[in-house]
Amino acid sequence: MIEALADRVYYLAVFLLLGVGTYMLIGNANLVKKVIGMNIFQTGIFLFFITAAYIDGASPPLLSAPGPYVSPLPHVLILTAIVVGVSLTAVALGLIVRIYSEYGTLDEDAIAKVIADE
Amino acid sequence: MSDLPALVVAAPIVGSIAVLLAGVLRARTGWPLAVVAALVQVGGAVTLASRAFGEEPVRYVVGGFRAPFGIELVVDGLSATMVVLVAVVALGVLGYARVAGPRSNSFYAVYLLLVAGLTGMSVTGDVFNMYVFLEITGLAAYALVASGEGGRSALAALKYLIVGTVGASLFLLGIGYAYVATGTLNMADLSTQLAAVGYNSPLVQAAFGLLVAGLFVKVAVFPVHTWQPAAYAGAPDSVSALISALVSTVAAYALIRIVFTVFTVEFLLATPFARTVLVAGAVVSIVVGSALAVTQTEIKRMLAYSSVSQFGLVVGAIAVANGTALTGAAIHLVGHAVMKGGLFLTSGLVANATGVRTIDGYEGLAERLPVGAGAFSVLALGMVGVPPAVGFVGKWYIALGAVEAETWPLAVVILLSTLLTLAYFVRILERMYFREPAEASAAVETTEQRAAAGLVTDGTGTDAGLGPVSMGMRATVLVAAVLAVALGLAVFEYGALLQPTIERLLA
Repeated sequence: MIEALADRVYYLAVFLLLGVGTYMLIGNANLVKKVIGMNIFQTGIFLFFITAAYIDGASPPLLSAPGPYVSPLPHVLILTAIVVGVSLTAVALGLIVRIYSEYGTLDEDAIAKVIADE
Repeated sequence: MSDLPALVVAAPIVGSIAVLLAGVLRARTGWPLAVVAALVQVGGAVTLASRAFGEEPVRYVVGGFRAPFGIELVVDGLSATMVVLVAVVALGVLGYARVAGPRSNSFYAVYLLLVAGLTGMSVTGDVFNMYVFLEITGLAAYALVASGEGGRSALAALKYLIVGTVGASLFLLGIGYAYVATGTLNMADLSTQLAAVGYNSPLVQAAFGLLVAGLFVKVAVFPVHTWQPAAYAGAPDSVSALISALVSTVAAYALIRIVFTVFTVEFLLATPFARTVLVAGAVVSIVVGSALAVTQTEIKRMLAYSSVSQFGLVVGAIAVANGTALTGAAIHLVGHAVMKGGLFLTSGLVANATGVRTIDGYEGLAERLPVGAGAFSVLALGMVGVPPAVGFVGKWYIALGAVEAETWPLAVVILLSTLLTLAYFVRILERMYFREPAEASAAVETTEQRAAAGLVTDGTGTDAGLGPVSMGMRATVLVAAVLAVALGLAVFEYGALLQPTIERLLA
């Protein structure tokens, strides 16, 4: 059991990251922390792809290196996904700046109170 | 013009950049450029569609990397339908947005980006490519929702962004599982490879679950619909119309693609649980979406919950998985887009003309704003499914498909959904036609005089809630109402045209 887990420690990390991210998304009232949670969630998925591509003892996919090779495709996919993640974070933070200037707080419950008082 | 599948994606992006650059030179040049781009898009989409409705889909290999290693664009009847729908609705909403705003160039740049993302999702034949376009669509939609004034739209957009990103991330994780199982990302290749791996493999089943869960968020199936009411209600009217008509629709198209092109019908047959999940999502969405719609007081929130319920029907058709139901799903996607987009535009027109945004405020609207009330009634009855409107044909096919497949619980709920839809629309129809206006309203006249004098306010004027009403806005609303009925008459031929595509999906 322990051995099986030790072999898959990266996958364990993946699902830990997914769990932490989800918890922050749901459990945290602070909007910035929600965005951080979203980032952690995505990072978990990035790690999943990279782990899946990795082969123990394999070399980078260069013609000069001996086989077997590490699969390069997931790396390329994740590069794209990281770019998407950065743009999402940028848009989210831009929105948060607007929300802060409008309501004067980043706390979800406090904002709900401000809206209810209007 | 064999590069057409790539061009229909590239053209709006080029248009978007052109609008952005023109904005640097001169403010408020966005609208005419966006109209040109949308017209080009309609032309390209129709040309492409005329080729795609054949025995064989149009295939295009991007950059000379042959499939399954490179990205492939595949346009069959269903994709072509979506591409044309996106182009036409985008053009139509532009007709409304000229006066209703928002008017900045950056708005139109993002608007065209959304068109590009949706078109890309429709034509792609590669799952990761679909994820990228899903995110482009998402990003553009979040930004468009936030283009409204005040904190409300920003808050709605952030909520949309967070929920939408989780959905897209689950979709990406599903792609990861499928890739680990098969080592390919091409949809056609995946379908054979997944079958080779075996439908009992936990990897394959988990991939299906994650992909479907991710798309459920984007389609806004209950209980992961929570972003939708806030986003539709918080966005400017033109944006609500555009995203309600297109974003969930194309996500539902993606769901059809994933379920039938990637996983195939055999997977559904071999995995009863997968089918149960789809049926459950459909039934809960239809019933709870309608129930929530009845309890709303704000018109745009009610329309949003109505979408939750209507997309339940489409998911139901996917669960039924026979030719009749899928034809119905395609028709209902188109019909819903026209009718729901039209309803949002009409509610915007009413809000601009009379300042009314609540259901109670619609009392006696037929006297105050006959055009708005008339269009709203036609579209609402179309949505309920009164023949000959397009809403009737879509629901008819889906219900017929459910009966053919003998999935009785679903068939009952689908028939019941018509009554449920009536339940929330009849409240408004009754208020519009059979009640006296709550207060004497001089607002209509002042607005009309102002529009006649060619005066245009920025919507920040002192008369709160009132905005400009232009001929373009009225015309768009009327065109939507006419289309809702006219499409209902043309739709049987469309069903016949779609036949080869549906057969290929179910093969």
